[in-house]
Amino acid sequence: MAPTTPERTTERGRIRISGFDPDVVASREPLSSWTPELEATEGKGRLEYAWERFKRNRLALFGTGVIVFMVLLAVFARPIELPDSLPVLAGQVIQPFSLAPVSPGTQDLINAHNPPTLENLAAWPPSPLGIFGTDWAGRDLFSRVIYGGRWSLSIGFIAVAVALFIGIPLGSIAGYYGGKIDEAIMRVVDMLYAFPFIVLAIAVIAILGRGYWELVLALVAVGWLPYARIIRGEILSVKENEYVAAAKALGATDRMIIIRHILPNAMAPVIVQATLSVGTIVLAAAALGFIGLGLSPASAEWGVMLNVEQDSIARGRWWAGVFPGLAIFTFVMAINLLGDGVRDAFDPQGDRTGSGGMR
Amino acid sequence: MSQQGTLHRPMGVSLMSSKEPLLRVEGLKKYYEAENDFLSQLLGRSKTVKAVDGVSLEIGEGETFGLVGESGCGKSTIGRTILQLEEPTAGSVYFRGQDITKLSSEELRNLRTEMQVIFQNPHSSLNPRLTVNDIIGEAFEIHDIGTESERDTRIKELLERVGLNASHANRYPHEFSGGQLQRIGIARALAVDPDFIVCDEPVSALDVSVQAQILNLLEDLQAEFGISYLFIAHDLSVVEHIADRIAVMYLGEIAEYGTPEELFTPPQHPYTEALLSAIPEADPRWDGNRIILEGTVPSPINPPSGCKFHTRCPKVIPPAGYALEQDEWRAILSLRTRIDNGNIPLDQFSGDIATAIREEYDIPDTIPADVDRILSEALEAVAVDDFERASSMLDKELETPCAVHNPAIRSTANGQVACHLFDDRYADGTVYPETTREAN
Repeated sequence: MAPTTPERTTERGRIRISGFDPDVVASREPLSSWTPELEATEGKGRLEYAWERFKRNRLALFGTGVIVFMVLLAVFARPIELPDSLPVLAGQVIQPFSLAPVSPGTQDLINAHNPPTLENLAAWPPSPLGIFGTDWAGRDLFSRVIYGGRWSLSIGFIAVAVALFIGIPLGSIAGYYGGKIDEAIMRVVDMLYAFPFIVLAIAVIAILGRGYWELVLALVAVGWLPYARIIRGEILSVKENEYVAAAKALGATDRMIIIRHILPNAMAPVIVQATLSVGTIVLAAAALGFIGLGLSPASAEWGVMLNVEQDSIARGRWWAGVFPGLAIFTFVMAINLLGDGVRDAFDPQGDRTGSGGMR
Repeated sequence: MSQQGTLHRPMGVSLMSSKEPLLRVEGLKKYYEAENDFLSQLLGRSKTVKAVDGVSLEIGEGETFGLVGESGCGKSTIGRTILQLEEPTAGSVYFRGQDITKLSSEELRNLRTEMQVIFQNPHSSLNPRLTVNDIIGEAFEIHDIGTESERDTRIKELLERVGLNASHANRYPHEFSGGQLQRIGIARALAVDPDFIVCDEPVSALDVSVQAQILNLLEDLQAEFGISYLFIAHDLSVVEHIADRIAVMYLGEIAEYGTPEELFTPPQHPYTEALLSAIPEADPRWDGNRIILEGTVPSPINPPSGCKFHTRCPKVIPPAGYALEQDEWRAILSLRTRIDNGNIPLDQFSGDIATAIREEYDIPDTIPADVDRILSEALEAVAVDDFERASSMLDKELETPCAVHNPAIRSTANGQVACHLFDDRYADGTVYPETTREAN
């Protein structure tokens, strides 16, 4: 039997569903014991997921371990006393441990025991008395390197923290308000970016003079730029989210919106950048120390130690340059491993690496 | 924590006079600056995008007002401008008779408890870093409502009311499905006990089965709390289901107003007709004649003159004095739009360019001789790359009211329509001077 072509129609609504009563569906006997449930059984924030991914990254854990180790070495290198300026607690020892065998300033450490050669007045190669040897003034390099972490590491962390403190608010304001404020702030950033990093830092030190806080300030002066740029870019995209409009519709103030809704969702790339740039800042501090613009030549900052021993290898005192250099290298490498780990942890697709596709 | 506000306003206490609608929008305009970079600002070379161009509407208490239109026609902008999330370029928004475009930011903040919004994409309308508790409770913090335990109870009540489990309050948005997220969004809007909610395409990101649940929830809430909705959607069948009155938008202007019945009964605005013809029908034997509009929506940076729909309208009024069929006229109009925009790649035609253009753009052979003569002259101008002359020639010789006058909203048998087809004076295609039109 040949199929008959059904008659075409232009009439709408010929097919209707009748007798459908939604109340019946709601009140009828359940067809099965299944009840709709939430997708996850336990609440987990994105930070927790990031932490889980980070924990699986062995290189990053190794880097973290090295950094923690170096920080502990620096803290416990010599006892810490409260400054004399404090009224009651002046001179109180708050950290009694002393990992460094001698004070980093003690000179002619080994001379007392062995006659110096003509070429190297007070410097001695590594020996059981001083496993890193001594520098030109006869100071124990092992003590100086672990004590020097106090300068180098603290400069790295403090300079980055201060730079974040400046860069994030400025970048947030520029990104959130836009318009003329944005133009003004970002043109300043562009202008500062036009200077080579080290030249600007040298200029700041040339004006302010040498010293610990002057060095931090010089590094901050250029260090805040990337944070301002990154956070502005992130905010430009985050502020388009409808939850920001919803907060506005609820009557939230701009400050509340930025702090509560925008910044937490825009911070991830800044955290990554900050972690990575701790290493850069330590290198820059060392570089400034090396060209003689860092801390005083007597201080045990790693870059400064390299500077005062510039000619050491030529004179055959390889140990005087190698150990401070190794300290810088180890720390910067460790912080880079950590930074990479943080970046991977915040990247949701990092979850898939190593498992060869979907799980 | 002070107790400046209370959680519940006693029901039935109305602050408004009986005549004034809850919300009245008058001549609302919102223009954006396009190409807003530093250099073009310096050179004074900025373009404006007319997202909303003179829209008026009224929404009564407990009413659902549907607003439909295709993407980019400005419907969401209307919603945001009414809520003062964007500052209107011109026009007024009266809420309970008070012009809220002139309020200070503090007064506006207080008014935010009366007007709320539900967004289209539930995944981006809830902050992924906050728990459901924080998301819904934010309103209480901002407006300093209730004590800690009162807030807790209220959040649980709201979650139950929108059909979620109160024990879900401590979870994060990514643990919920789209429909559940939309319910959380609704609970957030309800937290301040509003009288008016802008629903910005609240169901278009959801599955059809979930759409129905959310629409029913919105209707139930309206019945319970007497909330008015401005329901923005691009799906006419959704709006038909929920709205008491509907406005159809095209390119920043309202083309037609009416109740769903009026809107679905011919005669309608040609645009409404085309939209309605595109609603699918679950009938294998259905063979409706779907009206396919020509071309794309013109750019709101440089909208067409006269009626903004005339470049795509299948029912443009033919010029007076010529015996043109509608399809012939439509073909000529489309060619004219191309000429106006300089959108004819002359280097791709060979031989007699005028003939080639006629063939390429399907100009029928049947057009009357007098029109054909004008067209030939214009095409000759095009052939020598003088688009301006061709354009002005066609504009002058084949003048239609649709391309000259912007139609005003007129009451018809079925709702209110902004179309010259419903204006008797234009029946023969004569273009009246602007003054006559204004006088009407």
